[in-house]
Amino acid sequence: MVRNAKFWTIWVIATLAGGAVLVAGMFYGGKSRANLLIGATSHGHHQIELACNACHTKAFGSASDMQNACMSCHADDLKTSKDSHPKKKFTDPRNADRLQKLAATECITCHTEHKPEITRTGGVTLPVDYCELCHRDVGKDRPSHKDLAFSTCANAGCHNYHDNRALYEDFLEKHAGDSVIAEKPIIALKASPPDSAHAQSPITQIAEADAPAKHAGSEKINGDWLATAHAQAGVNCSGCHAVGAKSAADIAARWNEKPDHNACKSCHQQEVKTFTQGRHGMRLADGLRTEEAGLLGFFENKPLTPMRPALARLPMQSKASERAVTCTTCHGAHAFNTAKAEVDACLSCHDDQHTRSYVGSPHHKLFEAEIAGSGSKGSGVSCATCHMPRETHENPDTYEEKLLVTHDQNANLRPNEKMIRSVCMNCHGLGFSIDSLADQSLIARNFTGRPSVRVESIQWVMNRLKERGVKADAPEVVK
Amino acid sequence: MTKLASKQEWIMKLSTPAKIACASALGVLLVGAAASAKGLEYKDVADMLHSVMESDRTVYTRKVVNRLAVKEKVIKASEHHEDEKTLPLPAQMFRFGAEMVAEKTDKFSYSLLSVWPINKQNAPRTDVEKSGLEFVAANKGQNFYGEETLGGKKYFTAVYADTAVAQACVSCHNEHKDTPRKDFKMGDVMGGVVIRIPMAE
Repeated sequence: MVRNAKFWTIWVIATLAGGAVLVAGMFYGGKSRANLLIGATSHGHHQIELACNACHTKAFGSASDMQNACMSCHADDLKTSKDSHPKKKFTDPRNADRLQKLAATECITCHTEHKPEITRTGGVTLPVDYCELCHRDVGKDRPSHKDLAFSTCANAGCHNYHDNRALYEDFLEKHAGDSVIAEKPIIALKASPPDSAHAQSPITQIAEADAPAKHAGSEKINGDWLATAHAQAGVNCSGCHAVGAKSAADIAARWNEKPDHNACKSCHQQEVKTFTQGRHGMRLADGLRTEEAGLLGFFENKPLTPMRPALARLPMQSKASERAVTCTTCHGAHAFNTAKAEVDACLSCHDDQHTRSYVGSPHHKLFEAEIAGSGSKGSGVSCATCHMPRETHENPDTYEEKLLVTHDQNANLRPNEKMIRSVCMNCHGLGFSIDSLADQSLIARNFTGRPSVRVESIQWVMNRLKERGVKADAPEVVK
Repeated sequence: MTKLASKQEWIMKLSTPAKIACASALGVLLVGAAASAKGLEYKDVADMLHSVMESDRTVYTRKVVNRLAVKEKVIKASEHHEDEKTLPLPAQMFRFGAEMVAEKTDKFSYSLLSVWPINKQNAPRTDVEKSGLEFVAANKGQNFYGEETLGGKKYFTAVYADTAVAQACVSCHNEHKDTPRKDFKMGDVMGGVVIRIPMAE
């Protein structure tokens, strides 16, 4: 009897203790948290899956809390994408019956997390023919679509659910006659300098360096720095190593031997913002923690560590597996050689077929020719030309435009048609671009050769115009 | 007094389109305020909302699009106005406003529909929409009022004729490649504005 009581006491205590550890892991994080994941997260979120509060902002949050969490990261992209199916189109009561079939006002209807067994490209967890729920009668208005399977709408290079900026009918019509390569295949080169760059006089002498004596740079470091746009814009040692310091004593007191992205952010806000939105830097986004302070100091605030190739799901080089990805990982410190950052840095970690095929590809040859001086400026195509493109950012209030390098390398890859207008069409025609991006084998060969896939969308648009008697003399579609 | 003066200065600094937008927003707000204060009938609220919508829509169509695109020919109006650096079409201008309202409130919603829609999403979807659009097309000068249950909620639904008030309406709709009807004339009913107000249970 006594033995039984002891057994039950131990059982109850062990159960409560075990439960407490799990509950603490859920709310405060720490080592037990990884065991609580209810299923592998998608490609887009796996890096931050242990910062549960990134998505689960409240312990017992509502559907709208979850929606707000999605939008806190993805709203800007949806707006830029001119989202074809925004929430505001579905809230009208006349769409109530459609919403009952598909709750299109919430991201998680189509993108459910922790469901690896049903997660497809783009993090979509609905059956592939979901378009049929609302567009069943499309064949009545468009005979060309009559016998098409609804499983092909969004994966044949013709339509996307959100971003159709390069795929809408009138755009296809306008570019039906595009040639394979544009007359002047040149990419806009010079990114706009940060506003702060205009505020100070250039530094031309090493003697002007304001590092405290004990932190003085080597001859190489000083030489590298003096040759950069940093020195030319008057950015002294303290500009990065002691941000905001006003006096020599202040510089010494605030000196940071290894400045991180927060130091860069003091001038390069947009670059760092986009870096922390992409797969290289998302773990460094503000507020993402694996552990939250609490429970009488037993837990403390622990932010996620920088991304390392070892954590990646894409093939990476083993020698680079433990490299922490921050701004200086690709840019290097002091010299900030952008030519190295846009190819060498990528090739030093990535080890997939697309990356390996880049060397020797037509794009790479153009890049080498430009570096060597035999190709015109802006004619080279590096990894960054396509994956971290220079894009025009417009101030919505003043309409002032700036050319900035997007550091979210995934922004134009989900899905890849997002890069057609901002990247491909700088040099190539629309039809050629659509076909190339739909050809997985060509992508693996890093665009060595011509597309073997033919997306019929432009041809169908022109056929439709001819059928309706508009543009009977339309030019033949160039492929 | 100082506060009032500074408010006036602030209003003076606004551009003309911003002033028009503010005045329209104020108009809609006043309608809402009056409705709740005096307990107006659904029909009266819908009529008041519609008078603001119809006026703004007519002003934009006549004084902006028709004047600048048809008469002066200094700028075009087109569906892809951002890409083509043109004016938004009057129907888009109306829809953008409706979508902005949808983001702000669920106390009412409105849309511009037609039995001859260029964009097929703007064809009638509910029985009341269909009856209403047919009624206002056949009975010039009369509005249509009805009730319907959508998604388990009861709505007061009003339908108002939308007529061709400028040459731009007629020419664009008759010539558009996706139009199902090519014989519109000035003054014809081309569609209708549908306003819905959720009814108290």
